[in-house]
Amino acid sequence: MKGEPISTGSEWDFSLIETYDAEIGALAEEFGLDTYPNQIEIISSEQMMDAYAAVGMPIGYHHWSYGKQFLSVEQNYKRGQMGLAYEIVINSNPCIAYLMEENTLTMQALVIAHACYGHNSFFKGNYLFRSWTDASSIIDYLVFAKNYIAQCEEKYSVDAVEATIDSCHAIMNYGVDRYKRPYPLSTAEEKEKQLEREEYLQKLVNDLWRTIPASEKSKSAGEEKRFPEEPQENLLYFFEKNAPLLEPWQREIVRIVRKLAQYFYPQRQTQVMNEGWACFWHHHLLNTLYDRGKVTDGFMLEFMQSHTSVIYQPPYNSPYFNGINPYTLGFHMMTDIRRICEKPTPEDKQWFPDIAGSNWQETLDFAMRNFKDESFILQFLSPKLIRDLKLFAILDDDKHEDIEVTCIHDEFGYRAVRELLSAQYNLGNNEPNIQIFSADIRGDRSLTLHHYRHNNKPLDDSAEEVLKHVHRLWGFDVHLHSMSGDEVKQSFHCPPLPDKTKKKKDK
Amino acid sequence: MSYIIDRRLNSKKKSMVNRQRFLRRYREHIRKAVSDAVDKRSITDMERGEKISIPQKDISEPVFHHGKGGRNTRVLPGNDQFIAGDHIPRPSGGGGKGGAGEGASDSGEGMDEFVFQITQEEFLNFVFENLELPNLIKRQLAGLEEFEFRRAGFSNEGSPGQINVVRSLRSANSRRIALTGKKRKELKRLEQELENCDDKTSSVALELKEQIEVLRKKINRVPWIDDYDLKYNLHVKKPLPHSKAVMFCLMDVSGSMDQTTKDVAKRFFLLLFLFLKRNYKHIEVVFIRHHTSAKEVDEEEFFYSRETGGTIVSSALKLMHEIVAARYPASEWNIYAAQASDGDNWNDDSEVCQQVLTQQLLPITQYFAYIEITNRDRQALWHAYSKIAEAFPHNFAMKHLVGASDIYPVFRELFQKKAA
Repeated sequence: MKGEPISTGSEWDFSLIETYDAEIGALAEEFGLDTYPNQIEIISSEQMMDAYAAVGMPIGYHHWSYGKQFLSVEQNYKRGQMGLAYEIVINSNPCIAYLMEENTLTMQALVIAHACYGHNSFFKGNYLFRSWTDASSIIDYLVFAKNYIAQCEEKYSVDAVEATIDSCHAIMNYGVDRYKRPYPLSTAEEKEKQLEREEYLQKLVNDLWRTIPASEKSKSAGEEKRFPEEPQENLLYFFEKNAPLLEPWQREIVRIVRKLAQYFYPQRQTQVMNEGWACFWHHHLLNTLYDRGKVTDGFMLEFMQSHTSVIYQPPYNSPYFNGINPYTLGFHMMTDIRRICEKPTPEDKQWFPDIAGSNWQETLDFAMRNFKDESFILQFLSPKLIRDLKLFAILDDDKHEDIEVTCIHDEFGYRAVRELLSAQYNLGNNEPNIQIFSADIRGDRSLTLHHYRHNNKPLDDSAEEVLKHVHRLWGFDVHLHSMSGDEVKQSFHCPPLPDKTKKKKDK
Repeated sequence: MSYIIDRRLNSKKKSMVNRQRFLRRYREHIRKAVSDAVDKRSITDMERGEKISIPQKDISEPVFHHGKGGRNTRVLPGNDQFIAGDHIPRPSGGGGKGGAGEGASDSGEGMDEFVFQITQEEFLNFVFENLELPNLIKRQLAGLEEFEFRRAGFSNEGSPGQINVVRSLRSANSRRIALTGKKRKELKRLEQELENCDDKTSSVALELKEQIEVLRKKINRVPWIDDYDLKYNLHVKKPLPHSKAVMFCLMDVSGSMDQTTKDVAKRFFLLLFLFLKRNYKHIEVVFIRHHTSAKEVDEEEFFYSRETGGTIVSSALKLMHEIVAARYPASEWNIYAAQASDGDNWNDDSEVCQQVLTQQLLPITQYFAYIEITNRDRQALWHAYSKIAEAFPHNFAMKHLVGASDIYPVFRELFQKKAA
């Protein structure tokens, strides 16, 4: 099986990249990775900075915040405070991967294995991506969004559009549907639909806010009814459909931002798995290439060097510590699953009776397809890995004097550590849970939001600023109450209430 | 199946629009930073970018996140000393390992400055934003001394350097075809006849051969290329409409002007020069300094040599008028003048100045700016000029300034864009 190495130098050229891609692609297929076609684009460092600033999107609408992002990346890069990523990969079909021209040949091969086969197959296989994003229409949608917003800028001035986008960005994380499947559309359909939507929505809204007295029946029925009947967690969706004063084009912009938020939502929930999966496969694929004599020792050394630095986890007391490195956790978990399949210990057999001794490729594939970070950790984090990473949990309660170590990597702690780590990846715990509670459609049209406290964590004062944006979208008074149980702990108002603390009644 | 695409030649400026949007949004901050920078910088230093910093809080994009407090649990790697149930004192300042939960770690609470670089062009844009040159385009089309050569087809005359080979050979070819056509037809006929002769040695055949020979020679005698075949690329001179300006710097160098005052004047002149340079392709600067008599000097001498003596301002104005008459006809040049002085003048000279200005200079200048750099009371010259300012509100302006920090504001005020 030993063959001639594909290359011996460290300089890449296009034919070599092609050869490596073909070799790695063939291997990936051998191991059963199912991928979208790849579109590998070689770009320069300036273009990489552009890509950074556009949150990795190949096409984006114009907004000052991207300019700010660009300036800060540029400044940091020029000062040497940060390096640029070796690649950026986009969840689209074909799957677009950007490779930096500065990379050595080894790095290009690593990146191809990592992005074009690792991430790519994850995008195609994982259930979150399958059900929440549509890889084949995202580029079309971005083109539509960019053009639409550019048109709005022409018609309604840059400032007006910018203000609307600002407000949408402020509550972008609250523009995600968790329970419905978005409907994929092509550019042309999207445009057509948009016009229809514009008219229809406005009609609905007009109806909702009609001041002409309606028939008597609705009057009596509406006495007790709250609007919305159920609390709404998708703020942007609610505004798109119900905000009284938005112009049709503003509703469309709200929708565009909402769609983008939805598109990025799976990525935020699968960081550990996604990176772990990609790292596992670049490691496995390149090692297989080496075993078959396709790459040199020098290639391997360079690869191992960058691989180890990517998956390095500084301990909690290191000055470089910055949370748990998703690459480390993910890579080790994937490797660990394979170990459990191939060489299970008695402990593994007890903890993972289902997968111990099973076919590792099938098990990994199953794990990749059907989990997100939270459930993946809860399901697959093994005691051995907890010991290897020396994980321990602390509890910092503002009611206590000091911090308590609740559990460590020992017999009694495995389950607790695993649960706590899993909870740490639950987006719902990390972001304040804010929902639309009621809109006073028959009274002063004020909107009331409720924040349901998790572990008694308060809202940061930045909520006041965000509320201004909410107010801009809603158009009338906005109130936000932070609730612990039924008790109101904090209240924010926009515009601020006059001095005498006038308590607003909910309901 | 993979496609590999080289995108390196695509435009690198994809973020340009977003960058401009950002600059536009924080224009106020940047303008203030630029204005500060202008005060601090040496004026020769105008031609570079500037580092701008904006307080982080002004440009933050707010989102909902958890504040400090509540129950936070965190899983950490690399345990080296703890067992379950240990108590650790809370680190002060809330940083450190467990202080604030996940949410607070990226909130950017510090008052860090957001720092970035603007280019020289952007810098100058901000420096001169909302400023305009009064009466700018009056003589835009007047100057006709510059020409541009444009291609205008082909001609039969020209210099050897302009020969168009393809055209020349094409015309030679057609000439050859035209001149030899009849003969070649004849030749063909004779050759055919010769072919038909059974006996190649008969007298008829010999005669034919002779005729053929003669014809061949005739044909060969037509030159392969001739003088009148030559074609030349034709370029015609087109006059280029353009604007040009001359800027007169007039400064008092009498004993009363000390080095710092001169320095202030110099900065003002340079600012004006940079500003004019953005508006005119071609610009000349004339330095005139004066005490009791005026003299045209070069830049070095203008700013740095010292002389003492009394002050007669009108001498400079007269000299300026002479120079304009001799070298810068007002029909072609946009004439600007900036005069800096500490206001001293011989008492009866201010009258003369007023006359020279109103009758001779102001009718032909685009703009005349007078700055008085002094911390004393206004002098005679100021009062004389005040009357002019009333009479010529459009192209005469005067300002009073005390120190270097006044220059930029005064400059802005002088050239403020007037509402249309």
